[in-house]
Amino acid sequence: MMRVPLADVSSRVNHTDSWRILRPEIDYGKCIRCMICWKFCPDNAITVSESEDIKSPNERVARLEAPVIDLDYCKGCGICANECPEDCVEMVYESRGVN
Amino acid sequence: MPEEVNDMPFSIPREEFMEPGHTACHGCGATLAMRYVLKALGKDTVVSVPASCWAVIPGAMPNRTLNVPMVYTPFAATGASITGLRVAMDILGKEDCNVVGFAGDGGTADIGLQSLSGAMERGHNVFYIMYDNEGYMNTGVQRSGSTPYGAETTTTPVRAERNFKHQQKKVVADLMMAQGVPYVATATVAYPEDLIRKIVNAKKIAGPKFIQILSPCPTGWYFPTEKTIEISRMAVQSGMFPLYEYSNGKLRVTKPSKTISIRDYVSVQDRFMHLDEEDVSNLQSAVDQRMKNLLDRERETSGA
Ligand SMILES: Cc1ncc(C[n+]2csc(CCOP(=O)(O)OP(=O)(O)O)c2C)c(N)n1
Ligand code: SF4
Ligand code: SF4
Ligand code: SF4
Ligand SMILES: [Mg+2]
Repeated sequence: MMRVPLADVSSRVNHTDSWRILRPEIDYGKCIRCMICWKFCPDNAITVSESEDIKSPNERVARLEAPVIDLDYCKGCGICANECPEDCVEMVYESRGVN
Repeated sequence: MPEEVNDMPFSIPREEFMEPGHTACHGCGATLAMRYVLKALGKDTVVSVPASCWAVIPGAMPNRTLNVPMVYTPFAATGASITGLRVAMDILGKEDCNVVGFAGDGGTADIGLQSLSGAMERGHNVFYIMYDNEGYMNTGVQRSGSTPYGAETTTTPVRAERNFKHQQKKVVADLMMAQGVPYVATATVAYPEDLIRKIVNAKKIAGPKFIQILSPCPTGWYFPTEKTIEISRMAVQSGMFPLYEYSNGKLRVTKPSKTISIRDYVSVQDRFMHLDEEDVSNLQSAVDQRMKNLLDRERETSGA
């Protein structure tokens, strides 16, 4: 068989955290777990956590899976904050040092 | 955790076929278009992509960002490429594999139009997805046939001559309907449930299918990156980009539950910032006329 070069390395090896100027922060005490942020993230940077230890507005919501932002890949576009119906994602400035 | 509680908030399939770490700009609508199309089609899919943003979004060799095979094809050849892939798949006995062309608006409305039209006319069982970011974005925001009237691009620089694009948008989905392609639909990233439902409906037709997905581009439309979904929604509400589905000779137009004016739509994007009242009303009348034509067509084909 002839061997052909294949693009077989997942782009996961490229962390895009350095692209970020603003970082989304979820206020879990207000988050209703509607997953609208997850649905609209263009970078697949919102993962789903089954942990029941994450803060939640009430017991019913505590049993649902929660969105968790993967800061290795989030580019800080702000779509999640703009689309959140509960207004509980805040975009805050990254405070990286300048070399 | 019980199943029914588990999946309750998820309105679209959970499985992902696009990986993070890709190189699309912040807030890229085209990236969401691919994410949703693959959620609808699943693993048994091959995607053919011509020169465009999507040719570079996966990153450089040996990186990939899709968990399905992706073939790069010359700019004008998406239609020919999916024809060849389809025939080859059928010979291999893989009739169930989805063959998908995924091309930009430049690669579809302009340079790939004859190749697209030929592939649709030959009747192959293929999907042609046009992700419409209304310009040649990968090469630095040049005007395409699909750029709307009024937009500033780098080849329609406004300056003192007010040299914005003076021609109306060429809507390829409307052309495909006129050609009698068995399944034609429009969709946009603000409504992923509608987009996915259309792809699933299209899959039931064993012939050519054309779907045009409006994919807002913060980089080329000059708007803040968090507004991609909001602007996609406004495109539908203002009538700039009507959502419809055409199959079995019948057209169904989705009427938005809330409507806004063209003025509202253009005022949130800097590519339109130079437009005066007369320009906006030119655009509004063209949009109203097209909507009227679509609704007339809907009435004619509904058999009522
Ligand atoms: C035959 C040919 N002409 C020109 C180019 C340069 N080129 C690469 S991508 C591109 C723009 C594509 O625009 P579009 O199809 O709308 O996709 P987008 O970049 O907007 O996603 C151009 C002009 C090329 N690769 N091949
Ligand atoms: S959109 Fe807002 S409320 Fe919904 S899951 Fe995300 S953070 Fe929570
Ligand atoms: S800021 Fe953008 S990239 Fe980051 S999690 Fe939100 S939607 Fe995703
Ligand atoms: S130029 Fe536009 S379409 Fe291309 S990657 Fe950037 S945001 Fe996406
Ligand atoms: Mg384009």
